[in-house]
Amino acid sequence: MKRSYHIEVECANCANKMEAALQRIEGIEHAAIQFMTQKLTVEFSAAADPDAVMQKAQKVCRTIEPDCEIIF
Amino acid sequence: MTKKQRNRLYRILVAGAMMLLLLLLPIKGLLRFVLYLIPYLIIGHDILRKAFLGIRNRQMFDENFLMAVATIGALIIGLTRSGDYGEAVAVMLFYQIGELFQSYAVGKSRKSISKLMDIRPDYANIEENGALMQVDPASIAIGTVIVVQPGEKIPLDGIITEGSSALDTAALTGESAPKEVRCEDAVISGCINLSGVLKIRTTKEFEDSTVAKILDLVENASTRKAKSEAFISKFAKYYTPAVCIGAFSLAILPPLFRIVFLHTSALWSEWIYRALTFLVISCPCALVISIPLSFFAAIGGAGKLGILIKGANYLEALSYADTVVLDKTGTLTKGVFVVSEILYHTLPKEQILEYAAYAESASSHPISKSLQQAYGKPIDHNRVHEIREISGMGVMAVVDGCSVAAGNRALMQQLAISYPQESNLGTIVHLAVNGCYAGQILIADQLKPKAKTAVKALRQCGIRTTIMLTGDRKEAAAETAQQLELDAVFSELLPHEKVERVEALLSQQTPKTTLLFVGDGINDAPVLSRADIGIAMGAIGSDAAIEAADVVLMDDDPIKVASAIRISRHCMRIVRQNIIVAIGVKLICLLLGAFGIANMWLAVFADVGVMMLAVLNAIRALYIKPFSEQEELSHA
Repeated sequence: MKRSYHIEVECANCANKMEAALQRIEGIEHAAIQFMTQKLTVEFSAAADPDAVMQKAQKVCRTIEPDCEIIF
Repeated sequence: MTKKQRNRLYRILVAGAMMLLLLLLPIKGLLRFVLYLIPYLIIGHDILRKAFLGIRNRQMFDENFLMAVATIGALIIGLTRSGDYGEAVAVMLFYQIGELFQSYAVGKSRKSISKLMDIRPDYANIEENGALMQVDPASIAIGTVIVVQPGEKIPLDGIITEGSSALDTAALTGESAPKEVRCEDAVISGCINLSGVLKIRTTKEFEDSTVAKILDLVENASTRKAKSEAFISKFAKYYTPAVCIGAFSLAILPPLFRIVFLHTSALWSEWIYRALTFLVISCPCALVISIPLSFFAAIGGAGKLGILIKGANYLEALSYADTVVLDKTGTLTKGVFVVSEILYHTLPKEQILEYAAYAESASSHPISKSLQQAYGKPIDHNRVHEIREISGMGVMAVVDGCSVAAGNRALMQQLAISYPQESNLGTIVHLAVNGCYAGQILIADQLKPKAKTAVKALRQCGIRTTIMLTGDRKEAAAETAQQLELDAVFSELLPHEKVERVEALLSQQTPKTTLLFVGDGINDAPVLSRADIGIAMGAIGSDAAIEAADVVLMDDDPIKVASAIRISRHCMRIVRQNIIVAIGVKLICLLLGAFGIANMWLAVFADVGVMMLAVLNAIRALYIKPFSEQEELSHA
């Protein structure tokens, strides 16, 4: 399952770091952040609960940029 | 400006003014330090906070952390030795100016590019009890009649059932001349209705409509990242830690060396200062931001011209193109067959046409359509019997009791009917009636008026080989190729042979160059996906083509192929400039910093300066002139 979200991220390098960190979250097959369109595309693994995974994703992103906001 | 940006601007102005004031005031001692702390905290408190959070989250090589270390270090050195606190404030100040500039510029180009692709309809009008109601286009079912008034966007694809008007298709195709439409015409969403009220019966739901397809494509274009983007992410990953290690060694090793080997004073503060200068240059942001910005701008600029590029990786591959393979029919030619001449006829011309039109009346092939069209009268199906299609040759039928054979020379050969010399100019339909040769009909496809300039434009933007593929006859293909001055032509190819031919050409490509295939997207989807880059043209409304191609030209103007290549080369040039200048300036600053020539002022100045230059340069990718016919002719 693939979904996209709006993500507020300020610096391009942080977006890259977040992208790398998101790949390691359980339940995420693949994640891509488009800095220019502020869009996060997540491919969930079959068994994953998107909401729970996104909670975790939000947390991970905030460790990289404290003000980061994912709208889901 | 957003609230965040305005807030940052005020902080920059206040802190900047305070700093200037403090530079002029002759205050000494601890008071001076305390006074300097005020602008420092005003401008840097958020960075300090983020740095603190970064430490807690174990993000050690975070830019905020490094800026905090550098400036706090500078303050301590100031406190213990030089008494110069301005440097720490200045570093924060310039850093924030850079951040503000970057976020403003990125936001601005984000906005201007989304404005370019402003084709999303907000509502659709449906008529209910004589009154118009505005509803969400996504809620409209297929077959609903919608009303589009002058000045409104057509929200869904459909067919006009009432009214006529002119449509502005510029947002989709880049073509500025309005398109006239009438009743029964198919129209696509995203066009703006200019003059009359139109009633349209929808043929697609919103999510399948042209607008939704295009928007989806544009919005997802940056998901596919280019190699240079991957390179920069990798570089950024190693750059910051490397600079930090460099800074650490610079702070420790030279003083130790001085103590142990030179037996002189360590000069700790001097070397620590140099190390802190390193940290100021440690953020790779200029590079990281400018690369996706360049691609985004170029893809946006191309979109404005009706060239949809599906991803930064394709844009990059496009710039390495040196071979362009073009399909003939529909790409270089109009793809409309017209009966141009009737030769060697033993019967009256009208009768030849009549026989041919009747014999071919069951076929939907473009050639038989052109015969029907030239005949111009309705077909009475009772007059024709026993239609047999002979694959790859033509048809045989009984028309008005006479046996009629219409087809290519292979058919004549099979029937052992001798035929005169064929002309080279187009497709020939031979006709035999009751076993006797009756004449030949010459059917020609016409070259697009811009085809020749398009090929020239390709040469001009550095394409070395232009090759045409076609299922057409050898003679006709050679004629076209000669007219257009193409380098090679392969004719009489069946669809799967086109794929094989392209594969053979691909295997001859030198590394680092790419092969483009340009087709009309109707039946060359396999070739489109096999080539390094598949370009589908005239794709407006054709879903299969949009899906199979990497680059979609919204109209069927072949010059746009050259424009697309030009855009890609322009963009890649900018990307390379940014990579070289940004890395170069950083390395020079590191070097100067290590030798104590560059101080922190210079470091932050260069760092922010190069970022601004890179961003401004990246935005340049948005502005690129398309190839125009005039330009080509003047060069010719």
